[in-house]
Amino acid sequence: MDQDLTLISEILVAAFLVIGGVFSLVSSIGMMRLRTLMQRLHAPTKSTTLGVGGVLIGSMLYSLLIREALSFHELLITLFLFMTAPITANFIAKTYMQDKIHKDELPDTGRDYGWAVYDDPPMPGTPRDPELPEER
Amino acid sequence: MILYALTFASACFGLGLLVTLWRLVTGPSQADRILALDTMVINFIALMVLYGIWQGTQIYFEAAMLIAMVGFVSTVAFCRFILRGDIIE
Repeated sequence: MDQDLTLISEILVAAFLVIGGVFSLVSSIGMMRLRTLMQRLHAPTKSTTLGVGGVLIGSMLYSLLIREALSFHELLITLFLFMTAPITANFIAKTYMQDKIHKDELPDTGRDYGWAVYDDPPMPGTPRDPELPEER
Repeated sequence: MILYALTFASACFGLGLLVTLWRLVTGPSQADRILALDTMVINFIALMVLYGIWQGTQIYFEAAMLIAMVGFVSTVAFCRFILRGDIIE
């Protein structure tokens, strides 16, 4: 009975590790084959969320089921990666836009100021209409 | 069985590191190189966690956390430097 449980938990941990590895392979194929950078930005999200996530879930299960000690470090790493991945993707896309995409190719923003990549942000306070009431 | 899975996953992440290194060397634009560096950091975090499972210690998780933070900050710094010509304005 006890041996069966160990076998099941080993299969579970091994399955999560293999899933993580397969998704990292998918991500590297995407890195290799996709044509433009905007397409390529899509590929590493697989290895961030599912690849590293699978490995970290496998690691949590390993410490919980086999070493019988609960560990939360993996959860911290996953949370940190999930929080930072969109920010880095946004920054890389902005870098690419500044480098390769011209301002005229983009649609209008529908606001007073243009795209943040090309125009400076509206400065608070500086060019202000004197007719308007004072700010508190 | 876990040892086989660990070997397989390490091989996959190592291959991913090699491919991203190729992208880092050949990448046509600067943004490609930054993306490749960011992906390399992520693959390296996974490799460190796998090594931690193999060795059975908790120390490697702390190191992986630190590397995740340094990787994020360095990616943002590279992008800021290319976008604005300065990191902290």
